[in-house]
Amino acid sequence: MKTHSSPAELADLLAAVDYVADEGLATVCHLALALERPLMLEGEPGTGKTALATALADALDIPLIRLQCYEGIDAQQALYDWDFARQILHLRTLEASGGDVDVDATEGVLHSERFLLARPVLRALQQSPAVLLVDEIDRADDEFEAFLLETLSDYQVSIPELGTIRAETPPVVVLTSNRTRDVHDALKRRCLYHWIDHPDLDREVEIVRARLPQVSERLTRRVVEVVQRLRAENRLVKLPGVAETIDWARAVHELGRDELEFDAALLTLGALSKYREDTEHLRAVLTEQLG
Amino acid sequence: MTEPVAGVLGEMVGFCQALRRAGLSAVRTDLFVAALDQLEPMRRDDVYWAGRATLCASPDDVEVYDRLFADWFSGVNVGRVPASTTVTLASGARDDGDDGPQGPDEVEDLAMLASRAEVLRHRDVADLSPAEARHLAALYARLRVRLPWREVRRREPHHRGEVDVAATLRARLRLAGEPGPLQHRRRRRKPRRMAVLVDVSRSMAPYADQMLRLAHRLVGAAPGRVEVFTMGTRLTRVTRALRVGDAERALVAAGEVIPDWSGGTRLGEALEAFVDRWGRRGVARGAVVVVVSDGWERGDPSLLAQQAAQLQRVAHRVVWVNPHRGKPGFAPVQSGMNAVLPYVDQLVAGHTFATFEELMEVVERV
Repeated sequence: MKTHSSPAELADLLAAVDYVADEGLATVCHLALALERPLMLEGEPGTGKTALATALADALDIPLIRLQCYEGIDAQQALYDWDFARQILHLRTLEASGGDVDVDATEGVLHSERFLLARPVLRALQQSPAVLLVDEIDRADDEFEAFLLETLSDYQVSIPELGTIRAETPPVVVLTSNRTRDVHDALKRRCLYHWIDHPDLDREVEIVRARLPQVSERLTRRVVEVVQRLRAENRLVKLPGVAETIDWARAVHELGRDELEFDAALLTLGALSKYREDTEHLRAVLTEQLG
Repeated sequence: MTEPVAGVLGEMVGFCQALRRAGLSAVRTDLFVAALDQLEPMRRDDVYWAGRATLCASPDDVEVYDRLFADWFSGVNVGRVPASTTVTLASGARDDGDDGPQGPDEVEDLAMLASRAEVLRHRDVADLSPAEARHLAALYARLRVRLPWREVRRREPHHRGEVDVAATLRARLRLAGEPGPLQHRRRRRKPRRMAVLVDVSRSMAPYADQMLRLAHRLVGAAPGRVEVFTMGTRLTRVTRALRVGDAERALVAAGEVIPDWSGGTRLGEALEAFVDRWGRRGVARGAVVVVVSDGWERGDPSLLAQQAAQLQRVAHRVVWVNPHRGKPGFAPVQSGMNAVLPYVDQLVAGHTFATFEELMEVVERV
């Protein structure tokens, strides 16, 4: 694991893996690491919440363990499960070999790490230092939040048959939410909070340049200008995020263009807009800007 | 803890108290101080980011925080202000305040601002000044939209609920017939359709604008699930216009398609048009229909009653919002209101922002 001593140094580490973090984000990440607190990231879709976790793992040179939340996820899918099929197979093998079976020893073997299926949260505790990404926590239900709060408050898990598993160094925990539902206050109080906004023009150019160095500077700037204008107008059903900007710039580049021309822009509109209602307005904007 | 941190501790605690009074719910003073200890507590930016990460818990919080931070630390060196002065002032008592940083006064303002928003929520939207109306418009973004749900016939796996026999058996097969945990399932849920009918006749003029804002919020929250119509002398579909993200533009667009804004009322005919042309064909089928009207009917109320009865049979629930319902001395005396009352599942008020929030709850529950 790489170390750093200030937000600026962390920002440099992130920049080395092509993630452009502004001062605020770097400071909050630094605090999360220093205070050993989970980091709760909220923001519009496509502003780089999930990408931050990946970048942190790369920058600090530690593994990333991802837990994607969904409706109905429960502790078994997040923590651990016993590999029942293999346990049975083990018993059958013992039976078939016909030797004397030492009951205590056999039970001990059945509930050993050999038959334990470590799910993301447990894996993060075992492998720590690691980055644990809990993605889209707003999709899970209240019970799961309560379970997560319990695990995140002391970074340990007790398995009745096996004992307590504690992380020597707590994992770096990143939670993301799209705010489709309010996450419970207790969980938020446990975390450091950061709201990621859409970046301004220069920063977005910087981000796209970092991610797509092969795309010409001029094309990048034009693409970002159009996207920024669309965001300022706020007339679309779904505003494009940075992820869409990157997709669009790459799409135009793949057509072999160095500049944003009207025909190429029209052909690649699908990278930018995912709604039929938006396409019409986009056409108008592009005609005005480029046509 | 380093010396400078101890020096500004009182200052920071005062700041946290002010934030709490401004309505932030996740202020964690101890965490804030611990965060400062990791940074440079004399640097304005570091204080700002440490505070934002530890004292806020939602974008709304960030907004309040930004304003209060600007006021509290405006031009004042964080380290120089005597801690005690600020803390006492912030907790409400007014001293002589010899060095008088503007901070505390502004804090007072902010607390007032927060309480003004509270007052605004309970004001009749018909009597708002233009400035107040602008403030209220900003509140819509924070309104929590709740939609009705319906259970469909399909089931989905879930960690509790009824036992899924087939899935349990399949899981057993995988384990060579050995007993194992039960599998459960539940009914799948889908958002219910909603239709909002807003009366835009003259008698409803002060409320119609706010109701369309509410409808705009609903359309944005559940695109494709919510249909919005206006009723005056005729029926107009405004869903498409309201689909624009920005509320002001959406309202202008809606205004352009509504030909009978602030005109007369032919409620019965408008409702008939809705039931015949839209409702029966699917928009109202199994939907929660919200009708916003004061029930002033110029024509014959019997047609209105007949259509309301039709609507109730087609729709899942009919919620009638009458702006006058929440006012003292309300009785459904208007001929139209009287006529539809037997066919309405819920009659709710709709004259203040607070009642809109209640309406959301009613809609979710029915």
